Formats: sequence, C-alpha cells, structure tokens
Amino acid sequence: MELYTLLRQFADSWMLLALFAFFIAVVIWAFRPGSTKVYSDVGNIPFRNEDKPAPQHTTAKETRA
Amino acid sequence: MNIVKLIALGLITLFAMMAANFARDFAYQVHAILIMLVSGGLFMWTLRHTGDPAAPADQTTYFDSVVRAGVIATAFWGVVGFLAGTFIAFQLAFPGLNFDWAEGYANFGRLRPLHTSAVIFAFGGNALIASSFYVVQRTSAARLWGGNAGWFVFWGYQLFIVLAATGYLLGATQSKEYAEPEWYVDLWLTVVWLVYLAVFLGTIIKRKEPHIYVANWFYLSFIVTVAMLHVFNNLSIPVSIWGSKSVQVFAGVQDAMTQWWYGHNAVGFFLTAGFLGMMYYFIPKQAERPVFSYKLSIIHFWALIFIYIWAGPHHLHYTALPDWASTLGMVFSIVLWMPSWGGMINGLMTLSGAWDKLRTDPVIRMMVISVGFYGMSTFEGPMMSIRAVNSLSHYTDWTIGHVHSGALGWNGMITFGALYFLVPKLWNRERLYSLSLVSWHFWLATIGIVLYAASMWVTGIMEGLMWREVDANGFLVNSFADTVAAKFPMYVVRGLGGVMYLTGAIIMCYNLVMTVRRAPAAQQSGPAAVPAE
Repeated sequence: MELYTLLRQFADSWMLLALFAFFIAVVIWAFRPGSTKVYSDVGNIPFRNEDKPAPQHTTAKETRA
Repeated sequence: MNIVKLIALGLITLFAMMAANFARDFAYQVHAILIMLVSGGLFMWTLRHTGDPAAPADQTTYFDSVVRAGVIATAFWGVVGFLAGTFIAFQLAFPGLNFDWAEGYANFGRLRPLHTSAVIFAFGGNALIASSFYVVQRTSAARLWGGNAGWFVFWGYQLFIVLAATGYLLGATQSKEYAEPEWYVDLWLTVVWLVYLAVFLGTIIKRKEPHIYVANWFYLSFIVTVAMLHVFNNLSIPVSIWGSKSVQVFAGVQDAMTQWWYGHNAVGFFLTAGFLGMMYYFIPKQAERPVFSYKLSIIHFWALIFIYIWAGPHHLHYTALPDWASTLGMVFSIVLWMPSWGGMINGLMTLSGAWDKLRTDPVIRMMVISVGFYGMSTFEGPMMSIRAVNSLSHYTDWTIGHVHSGALGWNGMITFGALYFLVPKLWNRERLYSLSLVSWHFWLATIGIVLYAASMWVTGIMEGLMWREVDANGFLVNSFADTVAAKFPMYVVRGLGGVMYLTGAIIMCYNLVMTVRRAPAAQQSGPAAVPAE
C-alpha cells in the first residue's frame, strides 16, 4: 500500500476516533463530581499574588491561603 | 559564559561583514550591515561588562521591566501599523499617492505587507509576548524563568520586526501571505520563538499554583502551534547564503495548502488563541470577578484548538485543491461556530452582576466591545467559508472587511483594554491619567471600525455581483475597471474609518504617557489587601 493511502486511511479511521474520544473524555472530565468546587477556587487565581511571587518555601496549598 | 558569548558575537559580526561584502542583492546587504552593527555593538557591550559581578535575580519580585518595554513597543508599533494601513487605504482611493519618486519602495505592493506584518506581528505579537509574560507570572505566582532570556525574546523579536519590515520595502519577500520574510529572517524568528517557549514553559513548570490557569493554556497553545506552523510553511532552500532569495520546498497545490494551513492558523492561534489568553485574564481582572464558567473555558480551549487546525482549506475553494479537502475545511469552519460563541458567551457573562461597570468604566467597555466584535467576526467567517457564499465573497473587499472587523474590533480593542489595565499597574500608578480620553478613544475606534466594515460589505458585495453579472447572451457586463471606479466612494469612507481608528490610538498613547508622568502614585498596599475568595 502506498504511504499516502495508508496514512489517509489511518487518519480518517483510528486517529479520528482517538481524537474524538479524547475530546469527549475532556468534556466528561470537566464535569466530573466535585469539579465545581475545584474550579471555583481555580477561577480566583488571577486575584492572588498580584504584586509578588509566592515565597520560595511555600507549598502549593499555602499559596491559596 | 561571557567568553562563549564573545566568541559567538564575534563570529556573527565577522560573518555579517563578509555577507555585506558578498551580498547579491540590496536588501540582503542592508540586513547584513544591520546585523553587523547589532552584533558588533553587543560584542563591545559584553566585553566592557565582562568581569562585572553578576547580580542574582531577585526571586521575590516579578520580572516586569521586560513587560514595560513590551507595552511601549506594542503602543509604538500599533501607531506605525495603523498609519501604514491608513496610508495604503488612501493609496487605493487615490492612486496618485503611489509617488513616482518612491516607486519600488513605497508603492502599495511594498507597503501592504509592511502594514499587515506591523499590525499582526509587531503590534499583536508584542501585545501577546508582553501580556503573556505578565499573566504567566501572576497566575503561576513565580518570577519569569530564565533571567535575561526574557530580554532576549523582547529584543530578538524587535530585530525580527525590523528585518522583516525593511526587507519588504527593499523587495526581499517569499510572497507567502503573512509569511513574507525570507529564509534568514525565518531562521532568526525560530530561534527567538524557541527561547520564548522555553521562558514561558519554564515559568509554568516552576509555578507555585498547583493548577495551570486557563489563560496560560491558551498562550501555550499559541506559542507551540505558531512554532510548528512557522517551521513547516517556511521550508525553503536559499539560492545562495549571500542572497535573500530562496525556493520553496513544496510546489503547486501542496504549497498553497501548506500556506493556508499556516495562514488560517495564524488567525486561529496567533490572533484568536493568544488573544483569548488575554481575554481570560484581563476581563476578570477589570470586572473584578472570576470568569463566568471555568468548565466552559476548558471545553472552549479543547474544542477551539481541535477544530481550528482543520479550517485552512476554505481559503482554496474552486482551486486545484481536491473537493474533499475544501469540503473538510468548510465543515470544520462551520463547526467552529460552537467554540467561538461559547468563548464569547463566557467572556461576556463574566460581567453578569457587574453590568453597571459598563456605564462607569470605559476600559471594560472596550473589552466588552472587543468580545462583541469577536462574536460578530467568528459568525461572519464560517458563513463566508461556505462554498456558495465564498463564490460571491472571495477576492472581493468583503474579505478585507471581515478581517478588519476581527483585527480592529477583537484584537485591537482587547489589546487597548489590556494596555489601559497594564500601564497603571506596571508604573505603579493609582489610576489612568484621564478616563474621558479613554472614552474618546473608545468612540473614535468603534465608529472607525463601523465605517470600515460597513463600507467594505457594500463594496465587496457590489464587486462580487458586478463580476458575475452577464447579459442575455452570456457575456460579462462589467470590466474590472468598472468595479474599481464604482468602489471609489467606499474606499474614501474606509480611509476615513482608518483615520478615526488611528486618531484614537494616538490619543491612547498620549493618555498612557501622561499616566506614567502625571497620575498620582499608587498607595503601597499592605498585607491588609487580601484578595477576594
């Protein structure tokens, strides 16, 4: 089989399926249980650390305090 | 380290000297002299500073000096690009403006790529680089990675702009739309872009926030995709290393398809994904409330990047491109309605509960109208990609009107909003110098865009209809010159729209300069200022 034909068939079968499945998985992931709470915290990232970086030794959790 | 730098700079200077001597064309010679001066100057500077004790970067502050430089460059290149655009608009209306004495340098054909590159890459690119450096630091709670690499990205990018712009005027072009610079300029941009990617990614890797904020996803996709597009679309072999001319590796329809795969994704990832990164940071900041739906922003991101990359073939309807490819491009363009409007709704609804700010805050008004224009041009674009509509619209001024409602409306307005947000923050000012000047800018720009887009719709559709009009015997009714004559009044209106838009931008520059000079300094906010949670 010619390389073009091979790639073409792969692209519009398995690769198409894989990309589509990935996309559906992202949508489901965004709506997973408990995501609302996580995202309402994450949405506030722009309102933290406006003037200077978080100190070196802080853990990720303290950044949010 | 400095020894390596000195050797590299010395070799580049030497090579540039030889290049200036052996140059086979004028543009190449000018560029060689330019590179010789820049690298020679850097060589001297490095030599003088060798042995200076290196000051360690202060990790407790943000690296904002490079963002300040980026803000200044954005405003400067913006005015240059708008001026060039307004001038060529009048050249189309009044051909006498293609002066005889400037023939071959400042006629429409030479100035047009100067205009497009100045507004897209110089104005838009600097806005993206500066704002991405600002946003990635704040949302990662970490100083920019790589130390002076940030400065290398900034100055390297300015050098790219100067090489590209002078090249166009002197005739060094590979004639690919939005990818005109010749091979050595392309190579230089690749180096700068990879360093940009490293700086951005390095900052994300050392972030203190566990989550990567959505704006950074958009910025990162913009940087990565532009790198890929740039490399593939510019695969070419120079005729000689002592000349600017190069030959494309692809030929015929493959070359055309690569070009529009690049061209449309320059719109999709440079002018859309990158600027959406700006939207997802600056609109919440200016509205003082988090983005309407974070879940929607995640779906928006993945849907947009998965779909945009396929839309390019709609630029090649009714060409040698196979039908299946142009149908694919058309279908994906129409599917793009969904993520585009999802993103627009997310941006607009961020204001829900704060709509009153529209009345009092002209900066947020600017951001909101930019999202409005985003919605409008992302509705128009897919519609124009439908083959039947395209048969009327393609090659007419309708396309130019569409591009400008997107570029002036969406990209321009969101950038102005971001500049108005950034300047008081970066120069530690309490507020802008004048809000009424912002209102003047807002109305001048908005009316300018309306004049521009409306006149181009009229002339575009008129032109399309005139081209296809046939008489009872099947002969074409109009000659090409008939359509040109009929378009004259609309070209004048378009030029006036450009004048208004340019005036607004000059008012902005004045306002920003006065903000830095005159506005009261911001009060030092103590630890009492706890962010809203």
